[in-house]
Amino acid sequence: MSSTKRKEPLLYMEEHRVKEDPQDYGLADDVFNMEVFKKKLQVAIIRNDEDGLEFDMIGVYPAIANAFRRLMLSEVPSMAIEKVYIYNNTSIIQDEVLAHRMGLLPLKADPRLFAYRTEESSEAGTEQDTLEYELKVKCTRRKDASKDQSNFDDIYKNHKVYSGHLKWLPKGKQAQIYSESMVNCIHEDILIAQLRPGHELDLRLVAVKGLGKDHAKFSPVATAYYRLLPQIKLNREVTGKDAYLLQSCFSPGVIGIDENECAYVKDARYDSCSRNVYRYPQLEDSVTLGRVRDHYIFTVESVGSLKPDVIFLEAVKVLKKKCRAFIDEIEAE
Amino acid sequence: MGALAELAGDEKNGEGSRTFVFLNEGHTLGNALKTIIARYPEVDFCGYTIPHPTEQKLHFRIQSRRDRAVDLLKRGLEDLEALCDHTMEVFGKEMNNFNAANSRSVQENT
Repeated sequence: MSSTKRKEPLLYMEEHRVKEDPQDYGLADDVFNMEVFKKKLQVAIIRNDEDGLEFDMIGVYPAIANAFRRLMLSEVPSMAIEKVYIYNNTSIIQDEVLAHRMGLLPLKADPRLFAYRTEESSEAGTEQDTLEYELKVKCTRRKDASKDQSNFDDIYKNHKVYSGHLKWLPKGKQAQIYSESMVNCIHEDILIAQLRPGHELDLRLVAVKGLGKDHAKFSPVATAYYRLLPQIKLNREVTGKDAYLLQSCFSPGVIGIDENECAYVKDARYDSCSRNVYRYPQLEDSVTLGRVRDHYIFTVESVGSLKPDVIFLEAVKVLKKKCRAFIDEIEAE
Repeated sequence: MGALAELAGDEKNGEGSRTFVFLNEGHTLGNALKTIIARYPEVDFCGYTIPHPTEQKLHFRIQSRRDRAVDLLKRGLEDLEALCDHTMEVFGKEMNNFNAANSRSVQENT
């Protein structure tokens, strides 16, 4: 990963406490200097697939890493349904519960193409800040169904309402700019409600741009978290039965066992750091568990409208914009 | 309408000590900015508090005997901005490298 081997500052995980390295003065008398920071910062992308993005950020302060995490969760905008006009709801699900469910549906619309609604905005909204949908579903009995059928799919039509039933109503020139696949629900198979013959839903939905700090439905990530890189050191040889016991104390794939039935550390990265080894007196002294103090492993799982790497960059941009706005205000005085 | 104000009470202490009030900010900016400003050698004290959880206000205190507090705050914000720029640059570069390496390995497999 890194070409030059650096001295990794460690925190030791003992049975009942987390101990700092006696040689490591931590952040206590560190002086902030931009050039030093630039030299220390390293980023390594580990994985970027449909499960999310995993990357390492090495050499940053905890507050900076935490700021990025918090920004991704609650200050990167996304589009979500904010108003639900219920013209008819004869199903058994209550209006307010239905409205809440609609709000949580993830939309594919790219929030960067839309503006926030302001206080002056009209109720109806404009094509720049609003997306509208309708949901019109009526459940009926299938006439061709025979009496001895028991499967609801054969007896009823439309008895399950899915997010795929949502129909986009383009406002103004929106039909020329966006296509249905750009603004519809990310998943078409989210079950919204179940109906029976005679039940009917007739809703108009209004989606706006918002922030996760206002409501979690606006958060662009499913999860965004970081953890410190674990480090496991074996202090002595562990063989035979104890080797397998040691292996079972860690997450799968962390401890390997070679042909001589001797345990070795295969890959400490994905250890859950459970400290289970300390339950066994015969193993207690065999390992030193540590974590690298400034090696953050970020995992970002997107809801689906923005790619996780875009979400991270947007989060950093938000922090930059905050700083810029306050600098401008100081300069204006 | 400004989002930055100063708390009264420091008029007699010179320009070095101030409590700034940030509107609509919280721990995200407060803690990040504090870790930077507290690490300037000129600064004697730097800390922040959110006096009430339902008020969107951040009180940010800087004390120094050498520099003006406003200048230190500005320097901190500028450093944090530069830090963001650098992070974006490094992340963008690594992401491009990663994507390039990935598309190459996909091509080799097919």
